[in-house]
Amino acid sequence: MRTITYRDALREAIREEMQRDERVFIMGEDIAGYGGTYAVSKGLFEEFGEKRVRDTPLAEEVITGAAIGAALGGLRPILELMTINFSLLASDQIVNQAAKFRYMFGGQPEIPLVIRMPGGGGAQRGAQHSQMLESWYAHIPGLKVAMPATPYDAKGMLKSAVRDPNPVLFIEHELLYNVKGEVPDEGDDYVVPLDRGELRREGQHVTIITFSRILHVVLQAAEDLAKEGIQAEVIDLRSVRPIDIDLIIDSVKKTNRVVIAEEGWKYYGTGQGLAALIYEYAFDYMDAPIQHVNSADVPMPYSKVLERAALSNKNDIVKAVKAVVPQALVHG
Amino acid sequence: MVISNLTLASLTRTQLLEMHYKMALLRRFEEKSAEEYTRGKIGGFMHLYIGQEAVGVGCIAALRPDDKILSSYREHGHAITKGMDPRVVMAELFGKITGCSKGKGGSMHMWSNELGVLGGNGIVAAQMPIAAGVALAMQYQGLDNIVACFFGDGAVDEGAFHEALNLASIWKLPVVYVCENNQYSMGMAVEKAWAVDSLLPRAAAYNMPGEQIDGMDVIQVYETMKRAVERARSGQGPMLLEVKTYRFRGHSMTDPAYYRTREEEQEWRATRDPIGIFERKLLELDMATQAEIDENDAQATQVAEDAAEFAENSPDPTLEELYTDVMVDNSTALSFRYERK
Repeated sequence: MRTITYRDALREAIREEMQRDERVFIMGEDIAGYGGTYAVSKGLFEEFGEKRVRDTPLAEEVITGAAIGAALGGLRPILELMTINFSLLASDQIVNQAAKFRYMFGGQPEIPLVIRMPGGGGAQRGAQHSQMLESWYAHIPGLKVAMPATPYDAKGMLKSAVRDPNPVLFIEHELLYNVKGEVPDEGDDYVVPLDRGELRREGQHVTIITFSRILHVVLQAAEDLAKEGIQAEVIDLRSVRPIDIDLIIDSVKKTNRVVIAEEGWKYYGTGQGLAALIYEYAFDYMDAPIQHVNSADVPMPYSKVLERAALSNKNDIVKAVKAVVPQALVHG
Repeated sequence: MVISNLTLASLTRTQLLEMHYKMALLRRFEEKSAEEYTRGKIGGFMHLYIGQEAVGVGCIAALRPDDKILSSYREHGHAITKGMDPRVVMAELFGKITGCSKGKGGSMHMWSNELGVLGGNGIVAAQMPIAAGVALAMQYQGLDNIVACFFGDGAVDEGAFHEALNLASIWKLPVVYVCENNQYSMGMAVEKAWAVDSLLPRAAAYNMPGEQIDGMDVIQVYETMKRAVERARSGQGPMLLEVKTYRFRGHSMTDPAYYRTREEEQEWRATRDPIGIFERKLLELDMATQAEIDENDAQATQVAEDAAEFAENSPDPTLEELYTDVMVDNSTALSFRYERK
């Protein structure tokens, strides 16, 4: 094991998959000469050349459609969209095309496509560059939506995504690229499945379900809570479609209390969908209403002060946990 | 019977008669489809190809079997011309399990990996970016097959048209973009929708050759397409064809066509019917006899009848089919670790 950044982990996954399989190539805006907006693809152009590391025009609809077509034609494209916000320009290709073809054409086409894109806010990028839109895509049958929070998962899940025969939306986070973590040695082939969450911390008082960047905030909150005797179990979903439902249900049966912490907006989002699933599958085990920790229900403001207020922090999570974990339970 | 060594556009008598047969088949198939739609056997949207037969037949005659086509929602004709059995096309219209897409697609969604029929598309112009990608895969793998992408004049108004042409041009992709300009995007007359009156300036804008041709003359369509295909196959990049045609029916089965006059329709039908034009040419040049033409038409009628009978007698999909084919690995929204009780 080494300690490397999330960014380097992603690059290693791409490089190893490109070395392993001639059909794998990457395309996207400024991924070659520029090295990628977030420097994920840095050096790959020099290593693999322009055939397999393709700069594209700023035209999200056609580059997404072309990636779908390339997948239909027998290749394994990894498309980088500069951010998930820009994926809205390609939403027809993602939702009406990639997600539908397999079914609509009676099981004949195969679209082994990965679309990588960062989502989320926290870097003062303003309203149009800070959204976390995973729930829009997770709503759609025909897609997989992966959201790794650690370098280990970033590498292992990206490798899985490249080898997956379905369209996979791979949602990264701008504030995760510099996060460091343990990753097996380069060339040491490992994969992380796209349908399994991970228990990040065991506890008996409450289950905190989370994914992507905010996992790291949740883990800090859990440390603080532990000092007060509250043992939180932390589930990192890793993928939001498919959802590792039994991991959640098993934990809920043990703790009987749930807090869902996510960066997206509350209403009609991933967290509310999860809450509905928990009520559906584990209502009888619940001892308190599910608590939600979300970003403020506003477009992301630019001002540093306002942006900080819009994003949830450690205290919001601690507060949500305390709202459902009675003192008597902890000290009783 | 006189065996002639004459050729037309380098096409032999046999090939010409085959093209005539296909045009007749598309006409009779669509007429039968309309009849079955009226009978309530076919649901949803259905867009007929009647009047535009010379475009699909002329273009696809210029392709190799291993070339691939992508099309719009007006695609029955392309699928059949590319070799799809009219029975499985009709069965798809009927929503039966024997349909090419197992009854899950319908009129706008014909597919065959073997025949290189990569779908019609219910979203205007959406096939254009995908066609570029299929062509990229061919170029990347060093194959010498090409893609033909069909779309209507309405697609020209979409951003996808412009993005796709640009990408195909800068990457010199082996794709031919064929605009079937049937004069109306649903009810909007093309002269009201386009800022220019032809596609030639659009082709020039994307630095590719463009040609504007008479889509009622199957030979002219074939000859132009052949040049475009050869160009794409030899690695010289894409081409844009504007094929001027006319749909004799409304946009879809439910369109009473208030936006154009009956006189205009009658004028086209009487003087510009692509099948009539082709038949006159074949007879004039002694490339076919009236008996052969009649026989083609009779056979086409029979095949269309047979297709409808096949579709009618085919079973519906079983309800198990509802949940199959969503994902290649059959994964679903929820991933369970244990057997559910």
